[in-house]
Amino acid sequence: MTHPASATLPLLAHTKPDAVVAWRHDGPVTVERFLGDVERLASSLPAGGHVLNVCADRYRFTVGLAATLVGRKISLLPSTHTPETVRQLQVFAPDTFCLTDSPACDIDLPQHHFIESPVAASPEGGAVPMIDVDQVVAYVFTSGSTGTPMPHAKTWGPLVRNIAAEADRLGLVDKPFTLIGTVPPQHMYGFESTVLLALLSGGAIWTGRPFYPADIADALAAVPRPRVLVSTPFHLRTLLSAGTEVPPADLVVSATAPLSGNLAVALEAQLQCPLIEIYGCTETGQTATRRTAETAEWQLMRGLALTVEDEKVWAHGGHVETPTVLSDIIEPTADDRFLLHGRSADLVNIAGKRSSLGYLNHQLNAIPGVVDGSYFMPEDEQTDGVTRLTAVVVAPGLDRATLLQALRERVDPLFLPRPLIFADALPRNATGKLPRAALEELRRTLGGSE
Amino acid sequence: MTQAATPSSADLDALRLEVAGLVVEALNLDMAPESIPADDSLFGEGLGLDSIDILEVALVVSKRYGFQLRADNEDNVKIFRSLRSLTEYVAANRTK
Repeated sequence: MTHPASATLPLLAHTKPDAVVAWRHDGPVTVERFLGDVERLASSLPAGGHVLNVCADRYRFTVGLAATLVGRKISLLPSTHTPETVRQLQVFAPDTFCLTDSPACDIDLPQHHFIESPVAASPEGGAVPMIDVDQVVAYVFTSGSTGTPMPHAKTWGPLVRNIAAEADRLGLVDKPFTLIGTVPPQHMYGFESTVLLALLSGGAIWTGRPFYPADIADALAAVPRPRVLVSTPFHLRTLLSAGTEVPPADLVVSATAPLSGNLAVALEAQLQCPLIEIYGCTETGQTATRRTAETAEWQLMRGLALTVEDEKVWAHGGHVETPTVLSDIIEPTADDRFLLHGRSADLVNIAGKRSSLGYLNHQLNAIPGVVDGSYFMPEDEQTDGVTRLTAVVVAPGLDRATLLQALRERVDPLFLPRPLIFADALPRNATGKLPRAALEELRRTLGGSE
Repeated sequence: MTQAATPSSADLDALRLEVAGLVVEALNLDMAPESIPADDSLFGEGLGLDSIDILEVALVVSKRYGFQLRADNEDNVKIFRSLRSLTEYVAANRTK
């Protein structure tokens, strides 16, 4: 039986074996060496078809991703690694194993440890692997509105189209740029903009993940120009307020939450380069960009279009394979432009981590001893800052520490409520709903009593 | 007074209260600085801080005491293990 040969696209855009694909603390990594590392890892991976790649070092993550692709396995990208999430992954794909570079990794899955191989060129001389455009690269999970995460399949062809549009929009085509990311490669934004962007546009990856302002300055100084800082409003605001002396960049990219125009202007001055924001979501990938210092309007990625139908905004075209409803509040202003007026009520985003109130409420109410409970976003949400969620809970038999510990097993620490308010009953109305005003009132009267 | 090589325990107690005050202020915590136990974990079951908080605390600590924290520093987890460890790190590295 024969199948028609389906189309393939290369794993890397780099055309020369000695082109640089990554910068590590001990210097550059060439395509040749990278492909050697990929081959070695691919031949040693366990048989399981799904991989939870938690390597903290971005180069190792990238080698892991490439070996996973070459072995026709699928990467799993959940939004967090809590014990509950890991259990759910195992239900989703029982043959999942964990690829880790941490000796102390406590993820409860079969573990395969990343082993650094001695510096040596790939014995094969490194033919660039070709990947089937229909191959599923990753399942990215959103929290959904119930307790079960929703998988979204990402295939190679659309990912490559998305990244090509991104490179074009960011002006990175045919430039030997290096990407420095403050976001983890396991997050969709980091996956696209700190890993795939380098592989598919002939750029290089900085292996580290700078955290403090001084780390960002060190990372910028460690790589040649042109260099691109890929970050979030939270990290960028901290960088600015620290007043650290920062070497100039050639581009700053921000995503995960909207940045204010004022912060964008200040950052462009500090880093002496343009700042471009990316707007996207798990379902559609990268959707639009804007030069925030100059305009509030977003410009759609190449090939994408919006259609308004029944007050819903659909994105389609380009790398968006099936028309998809955008869950944010969007006002189209021109054919390829729109304004973003906030998130729909159920979605929450804390420092770039997304979830939904429905999911969080489900997890809170699943804890033994919780009679009733509800999360909500307080009214005084800050721009460029980090606002925490409040939760009200009825749990007569539980103390605060026990409840928080149980919740920590289930949700990412960023979604642990601050404050967590204990009440005798929730202020539900006749239809069982929780009016926002009643929750705010409860927060005012009971919130300070910790 | 600048970097004392070995601060007295009374100095450290005073500094610990000052650092606790910075933590409470940086994170808008709803508690008195003196009520943070010196040896409880700042993460997890203790005060429950996460990486976002650590960055906020690092920012005020850097400004107040004039030194930069770096994540590549392997002591990072140790530094933020407890209020006492953070205070000792500040005492050893402060330039103002």
